[in-house]
Amino acid sequence: MYYKADGERVSRSRWKEMYQAFKNRQELIKAGFTRRDLIQMGLLTAGGMLVAKNGLSSRAYAAWGSGSCSRGTTGCGNCASPVTTPWTMNMPVPPVKQPIALSALTGPAPTLAPNNAINPATGIAYEGRTRAHQSPIGSHSALPFPAATVYQVRQRDADVNVSPDLPPQRLWTFDGVSPGATFVAQYGTPILIRNYNNLPVDNGGFGLNSVTTHLHNGHTPSESDGFPCDYFAAGQYYDQYYPNQLAGFLSTHQSTNGDINEALSSLWYHDHREGFTAQNVYKGLLGHYILFNSFDTGDETTGFRLPSFPAYDIPMMFADRCFDAVTGAMVFDTFNIDGILGDKFMVNGAIQPVLHVHPRRYRLRWTNSGPSRFLQVYVTDPNNLSAPQPFWQISNDGNLLPHPVQVPAVALGVAERADVIIDFAQYAGKTIYLENRLNQPNGQGGPTGSVVGGGQGFLMLKIVVDLPAVADDSAVPSASTSYYTLPSVSASPRVSRSFNFDQDRNGQWTINGGLFSCNSPRFLVQQNSLEQWNFQNGWNWSHPIHVHLEEHQVTQGAPGLYGSSSDDSANYSRWGSQYCWSGCDTNSPTGVNLARKDTVRLVPRSNATIRMRFRDWLGRYAMHCHNVIHEDHAMMLRFDVATTGDTNSRP
Amino acid sequence: MIGRRGLFAGLATLPVAGGLVGRAEERKVAAATPPRAKGRFAPPLSGREALRRRYFPNVELTTSNGEKVKFYDDLLKDKIVVLNLMYAQCDGICPTTTSNLKTVRKILREAVDHEIFIYSLTLKPEEDSPAALKEYARIHGVDDQHWSFLTGKPDEVDLLRHKLGFADPDPEVDRDKSRHSGMLRYGNESLAIWGTCQGSAEPDWIAQEIGFAVPRRFKRRPRVND
Repeated sequence: MYYKADGERVSRSRWKEMYQAFKNRQELIKAGFTRRDLIQMGLLTAGGMLVAKNGLSSRAYAAWGSGSCSRGTTGCGNCASPVTTPWTMNMPVPPVKQPIALSALTGPAPTLAPNNAINPATGIAYEGRTRAHQSPIGSHSALPFPAATVYQVRQRDADVNVSPDLPPQRLWTFDGVSPGATFVAQYGTPILIRNYNNLPVDNGGFGLNSVTTHLHNGHTPSESDGFPCDYFAAGQYYDQYYPNQLAGFLSTHQSTNGDINEALSSLWYHDHREGFTAQNVYKGLLGHYILFNSFDTGDETTGFRLPSFPAYDIPMMFADRCFDAVTGAMVFDTFNIDGILGDKFMVNGAIQPVLHVHPRRYRLRWTNSGPSRFLQVYVTDPNNLSAPQPFWQISNDGNLLPHPVQVPAVALGVAERADVIIDFAQYAGKTIYLENRLNQPNGQGGPTGSVVGGGQGFLMLKIVVDLPAVADDSAVPSASTSYYTLPSVSASPRVSRSFNFDQDRNGQWTINGGLFSCNSPRFLVQQNSLEQWNFQNGWNWSHPIHVHLEEHQVTQGAPGLYGSSSDDSANYSRWGSQYCWSGCDTNSPTGVNLARKDTVRLVPRSNATIRMRFRDWLGRYAMHCHNVIHEDHAMMLRFDVATTGDTNSRP
Repeated sequence: MIGRRGLFAGLATLPVAGGLVGRAEERKVAAATPPRAKGRFAPPLSGREALRRRYFPNVELTTSNGEKVKFYDDLLKDKIVVLNLMYAQCDGICPTTTSNLKTVRKILREAVDHEIFIYSLTLKPEEDSPAALKEYARIHGVDDQHWSFLTGKPDEVDLLRHKLGFADPDPEVDRDKSRHSGMLRYGNESLAIWGTCQGSAEPDWIAQEIGFAVPRRFKRRPRVND
């Protein structure tokens, strides 16, 4: 199966032309010809086309990063990945990370204060942390230190197979696999992770061996959050303490150990190194983190009776990547700062893999890990392409909805997540696909808003329902199934702040006209207060905006599914016949947007309003665009949660 | 900003990070090459070589002193560099960036024991003769043998501008020279570390970001107030 980077499926002969053109360009560049030389030699037109001659007819500078690049803009014309035969590799499921004894940790015992002692083996401090684990860690009965459950991970390079048709890729991994092992945590059981940076200086062309690991959507104390500027060096460790406590446990809901309605389910961890997040995540530094409690138990005979983990509860990390046609090595478009697309789709680190399932209900946890591509994921039956294949969405950004919502598809901006339940009994004996049907011409602006027909998009995963029938004790999802109640955010916010995301005249991302710096907060949030943030997208590109520490509710302007109404269910009536491109600013949420989220998709020239409480923890956090290319350059700001906040309405 | 002594204490004994990987059994195990991939691909390139081929055409440029230099061979190879765009008659963002870079240069000279080369590339090569660039440098008080103002053949300069990601994806915006990119590229060529930061940001912050390209020779992390 052959694709152009913008998602268009192309014939084998067309792809061969692209590949030939790519190789020709490489040869010509290697030979030291400049573009002017090529024009003079009659091989290249001013429009950037290689002249039709011996297979040179493809666009010379086309389609990686920018559909409009006509002058050899960086990133253009370089993504025609080698052909790979789809469906020849089983979908990897990352192993579950296993705890170890406290005494088995490498290096000194964990300490509340950072261990600044010099490690004689490296000449620098043992630990990269600069701040103590904040109170009341170590003094509160729910927050013992060190935690009873302890893990150790090593970030290191490793050779990883992504396709039988490509050479092993030298990636950066957690413990040798990418995505890294899945952390399975329980509410009420804090964990300590000793996170070693053993990454090499040799980056193979991209990546920086200086890291900070962010637990995305974690209700995490600042010093363990993986703040972008809290990075640590090769040879150091960083002890991260994850309380796994419900929001409000130290504040609004002390008597109940937090607000159960703020329970989180599907999180992910990824590198967040300031300025290098895109390179480091692209290179492999990411993984899943799952939280269970007495309702969402991982056992289909108890609680909400969601399909049992791990047999029928499977995390899936979606990503797109580009590979060099000559060497087969993964390539990153270093000098493209607008957003990059790959033409190879990966699920859990494998290109177009296969998953064999039993004919029963499964819970699939979907994460769009980017770097810049938005997705709209459908179930596609190849023998009935036009028929809608609805399924149940049970979470938005990994947080269980008030009740399941039957959907025709799920839209995911970068970093957005959804848990879904698909009943494969209806497909027994069949083969179906997960397909991204969203049209996105380049990495900059996000999707056009249109979707292609069934079978014409990117097929990401082949699901073969050929395993034997087995018992299914999971609950049948329906609109009357209840999970958590949406916490009220109707109280008057302590402060309402407005943020305009834009570019200045010279291509620098700004938030309210200001540029990023790690060194000082733009504003102070008062601990345990409710805030309203009004987002305005002043630019005609899409931006998924992520806020650290607390999930929020989108009270106005949440976009829904892209595309026409032909396959929309009644749940999506709000979005009517067209993608909410403008005029959606005042829409109140319905369907899957009646939810707790941590990332809100801002469509071009559009507004959205969110409300959230910042509870329990103090310190520095980030709010940023999760198109990680934009984030790195530097569509981000730092805010601090403090005992006394400010009332800056336009920070 | 911690001083040079604080920065470099203990660094002399620091082994290469690759050597820090822990116990032997945790060393990476090379995955076997899948049979179908065998023989299909050229051997992998080093990171710097991959970047050179993809992004760094070795075009000839001219400095404000009239000296002819090759972009890759003379300006990038084995060096730590900062690149920005400007033109001599620019009265928009260029003076700010140039002024910022002067402060950045001062900070880095104190904090880093490694020479960092600054290259300011004109985006109006057809107007900016070496003499015009020399005058721009003089007006802005730049007298620095490791800071070059560069011009060249218009088509080659334009190619370079696109290769380095200094072109705007919107052709309309790109044609308006006054709206040219205000970003800085910085890199350590031999280590294939390349980053980007905003040229209008606070000089202290820019200096910290550029320091990322100087592994272990700069403070580990920004000065964040705790």
